[in-house]
Amino acid sequence: MLAGGTDVFPAKANDAAWGRGREEPVLDLSAIPELRGIAQDPQGFRIAAAVTWSELLAADLPPDFDALRLAAREVGGRQIQNRGTLAGNLCNASPAADGVPPLLCLDAEVELVSLEETRRLPLSTFLLDNRSTALRPDELMSAIFVPRPPAGARSTFLKLGARRYLVISIAMVAAWLRPDADGKVAEARIAVGACSPVAQRLSKLEADLLGSPLDESLAATATPRHLEPLAPIDDVRASAGYRREAALTLVRRALAQLAAKPLGRVA
Amino acid sequence: MSPDAGSMAESVRLTVNGAAVTVSAPPMTRLSTVLRDHLGMTGTKVGCDAGDCGACTVLLDGQQVCACLVPLTQAQGRDVATVEGLAAEGKLSALQHAFHLHGAAQCGICTPGMLMAAADLLSRIERPTEAEVMDGLGGVLCRCTGYRKIVEAVLAVPALDKGAALPEPPGAGVAVGASMPRADGLPKITGEDRFAADAAPSDALWLRVVRSPYPAARFALGDMEPLLRAYPGLKRVIQARDIPGENGFGIYPHLKDQPVLAEGMVRYRGEAVLALVGARETVEAIRDEELPIEWEVSQPLHGVAAALAPDADRLHDHAEENVLIEGYVESGDTRAAFAEAAVVAEGDWETAYVEHAYIEPEAGYAERIGDRVEVTACTQAPYMDRDEVARVIGLPPESVRILPSACGGGFGGKLDVSLQPILGVAAWLLKQPVRCVYSRVESMASSTKRHPAQMSAAAAADGGGKLTALRFSGDFDTGAYASWGPTVAGRVPVHATGPYRIPNVTASARAVHTNGPPSGAFRGFGVPQAAIAHEALMDDLAEKSRIDPLEFRHRNALRAGDVTATGQRLEHSVGLAACLEALRPAWQDLRGAAESFNAGSARLRKGVGVGCMWYGIGNTSMSNPSTLRLKLGRNGHLTLFNGAVDIGQGSTSVILQIAADALGLPVSAFRLVLGDTDRTPDAGKTSASRQTFVSGRAAELAARDLRAKILRLANAGPDAALELAQDRLLIHDGEGTHAISLGTLSEDLIGEGRFDPPTEPLDAKGQGIPYATYGFAAQVAALTVDHELGTVQLERIVAAHDVGRAINPMLVEGQIHGGIAQGIGLALMEEYLPGRTENLHDYLIPTFGDVPQIDIHLIEDREPLGPFGAKGIGEPALVPTAPAILGAIRQATGARITRLPALPHRVLAAIQAARHG
Repeated sequence: MLAGGTDVFPAKANDAAWGRGREEPVLDLSAIPELRGIAQDPQGFRIAAAVTWSELLAADLPPDFDALRLAAREVGGRQIQNRGTLAGNLCNASPAADGVPPLLCLDAEVELVSLEETRRLPLSTFLLDNRSTALRPDELMSAIFVPRPPAGARSTFLKLGARRYLVISIAMVAAWLRPDADGKVAEARIAVGACSPVAQRLSKLEADLLGSPLDESLAATATPRHLEPLAPIDDVRASAGYRREAALTLVRRALAQLAAKPLGRVA
Repeated sequence: MSPDAGSMAESVRLTVNGAAVTVSAPPMTRLSTVLRDHLGMTGTKVGCDAGDCGACTVLLDGQQVCACLVPLTQAQGRDVATVEGLAAEGKLSALQHAFHLHGAAQCGICTPGMLMAAADLLSRIERPTEAEVMDGLGGVLCRCTGYRKIVEAVLAVPALDKGAALPEPPGAGVAVGASMPRADGLPKITGEDRFAADAAPSDALWLRVVRSPYPAARFALGDMEPLLRAYPGLKRVIQARDIPGENGFGIYPHLKDQPVLAEGMVRYRGEAVLALVGARETVEAIRDEELPIEWEVSQPLHGVAAALAPDADRLHDHAEENVLIEGYVESGDTRAAFAEAAVVAEGDWETAYVEHAYIEPEAGYAERIGDRVEVTACTQAPYMDRDEVARVIGLPPESVRILPSACGGGFGGKLDVSLQPILGVAAWLLKQPVRCVYSRVESMASSTKRHPAQMSAAAAADGGGKLTALRFSGDFDTGAYASWGPTVAGRVPVHATGPYRIPNVTASARAVHTNGPPSGAFRGFGVPQAAIAHEALMDDLAEKSRIDPLEFRHRNALRAGDVTATGQRLEHSVGLAACLEALRPAWQDLRGAAESFNAGSARLRKGVGVGCMWYGIGNTSMSNPSTLRLKLGRNGHLTLFNGAVDIGQGSTSVILQIAADALGLPVSAFRLVLGDTDRTPDAGKTSASRQTFVSGRAAELAARDLRAKILRLANAGPDAALELAQDRLLIHDGEGTHAISLGTLSEDLIGEGRFDPPTEPLDAKGQGIPYATYGFAAQVAALTVDHELGTVQLERIVAAHDVGRAINPMLVEGQIHGGIAQGIGLALMEEYLPGRTENLHDYLIPTFGDVPQIDIHLIEDREPLGPFGAKGIGEPALVPTAPAILGAIRQATGARITRLPALPHRVLAAIQAARHG
């Protein structure tokens, strides 16, 4: 399955270098008009499968897409953003996929089509494991749905890597909050990437944040206990222990950022 | 075309630089392949085929993309713009103009990609800010420039007068010291330069090297006949027994230990086992698992500890206990001096394998011409390549000709031969041109690396903050083959003291064989690693002596008249104290600013560190002459025959500037013949920061020789001015003007110069004169450390370098910028792990956003042996950076980083250790 080619060609290059090249049938999706563009209706936003990171950045989307927009700016360089697609990022199912934590926070669903049916899955059930998804061999991803967010929601995204551009995450965090009229957390969604085979929402933390005032105390709500669902590994980029610690720091910073936004912007 | 493209060709129409073209190729053919191989537009470069480096950046419908990630089928009906389309009607675009004027291209391999990314940016934002330039170009990697001059060039575009002509090159007598644009620069910004993968005879066969996926294994080869029968496009499978001459290469005459093709045993992952020669699509389609190779995998020796273990397998007959060689320097009485010391500091440090990551992977072709072989490839050492290729074919050296292509970065990695010997062998055997282009992964897996070092060192000072003693021992992982291991083991002990006056010294360094990739030459030959140790000790001793770290260094800095640990008295050009004095104001300002900042911040802490270095220019205690020749022909052509290879550092320009002023004619009068071993005398290798000093001096001597001959013809005085007008040479002196009609001379006028820097051998205690001169430098790094994440944000680097004389200050600055960028990589992010970081997304080199503002002070403490007082800068630029960064991290946080690279998790662990320690 080929759209922007940003995963297909690198894999070919690596295989060729070790005499493992093989010809495989490729289905090019790029010329299908139905797979292009971002549409919206009262229910939400439909990001078609061939939408690139650059197209997302250029689209007029509400503030709670901020996390996704920030992630889009961190995906490779501009060359990759101009070619790579959000759907490809999800189907490739890397633990370090930049799009996953923000989309988990947006409660995104994916639309999968086959000759038999069109089905929708929550992103969290679509992603099964490192490089493994619920996509069947006879299916392709046609779109990503983001339900229309409740008014006033805000989000942010923090990515940690060892250099400024073109970097694979050591850890990343997307955070999404909806304050109530009193400036307290009415709803919270926090997701951490690159610290488990599939990026995780931290549901215990999300629950514990409810009712907290959006002030400087918010960040301290997050504790190491909340990160227990993560399963970070040691690799060339960082140690597991560091990832766990850094993820907590990033979660706290993301919360602090969201708490620091003036309430005036909420309405 | 590549077999990954799918077998069925389709016809695709697209527009390239405004012209409609139709290409018939398989739909999955990469656009980069289409442009280069089908349309012959080789201005678009290929660095990785994985979207990691951006070298192949083109515009697709006006937007920058990596051409290596765009399948032909998706280019149908679309508009592609490449570097070849930037100049209109032979006139450079403002962007190209700016690149040329600002020295934004060094080797030039990333330049087309940079230009196209910049063109995309400038089409969106007419007057970008610095941050927007970095964001816009951040997807392209450069390994030479440190990015600063590229940013400078793009920012300068809006102000450039659209119709402005290129500046006139400097006139007679004023070339030295002029920041003239590179003499070889224009083809680099038009896409016309021919790098190693850009050209080959149309009938060239393709060669693919089959490499071991195992770091340690024995193997047996079966019958190749079935394979040859199954693949008619496969012309020959070359194995070790087919090598006509000696199946071994290596830097030292007695250490030709690396086989061209392995003989039943491999010692590292990536080692060459077989060569498949034939049609490109065939040799690329054959899967390694189809080859009759029976592997018997054994336990590899990873790291020096494993290799030095008493029961470790011995990897080579020449290396007992796997120790290839040990270098040693001893002076004074270290034991007594430590016993009497007022303060002592000690520590252990460890560094990683570092990959050169030149953006141009190795490539080239060879042709058999009668009983000779010609090899065109990217290289840093044409004459050494010639001798290696000749030996493995079994020919006399004169029967091989090396024609260096433009070289897309080297940094020491293209000093060893890579594909030259096997290409030579294949062309010899098959009597047909043979071509090979390494992929990025192949380049990284097979080529040499910087030696990983394990170092222990201690230093002592008296109560007045004067250094009294130093002890150093280091084990350098030299990997599977000797390569430049002996050079590193020899250079490190000489440099282990750092650029300081220390009367009592014991320093040793061993090169140890392991099953890692061969460690070879990499900008500094072990000195950057050693500097990490001695500079950390200086910080420790300064702290214990309660002296400012910069002042402590200044107090102990080598000065003219001082004697080094090898017993060499330095007579001239010892500019370290001047470097430190130049840095002092910035040092004090930055330290002050950091202190005030830290008073109000716990999470972010600022730090400022200083690093010093010295570096012996040229080979260690070994002859390394250069010979250059100038010819003033009877046809009026003035030609400089320059065998020094410009790998981006600028020797072509610098040597021309020297020759011009020494002769007394303007640089515009010269024609250049470069690198060709049939036409240029041996100017040695581009290494050891020797080309300006050694080849530059040879150029000066050649020019003076020619000038003397000219003046004799006219019986003119030494101050005469020369003028070359077509085939008439005018000589103006106090007596008037003599005109010589060159066509009437009986022969061409030839000037020749040879320079071999005077050195003396080192004795058993390392006493002697290892180098004729040394470069000195100090750098200050200012940065912010995030105390909770261990991340480091560089803010500024201030560099002061004693270069003797800056022949071309702009190119010197470019070298310093690029060296600093590599020093940043060494300090903060680069770690090559075979099988795990053998691509440019897992192996990290600095990007646009990782190199901060750099301020430079050029100190010109003339070296009398050097041309116009000049000495080298290439390696000195890198050495002090990592120590300055580590010192700054320590000042910011108290963390002592003892294992490099200082990745965030290591920095955080060190911060926590400092807090709890």
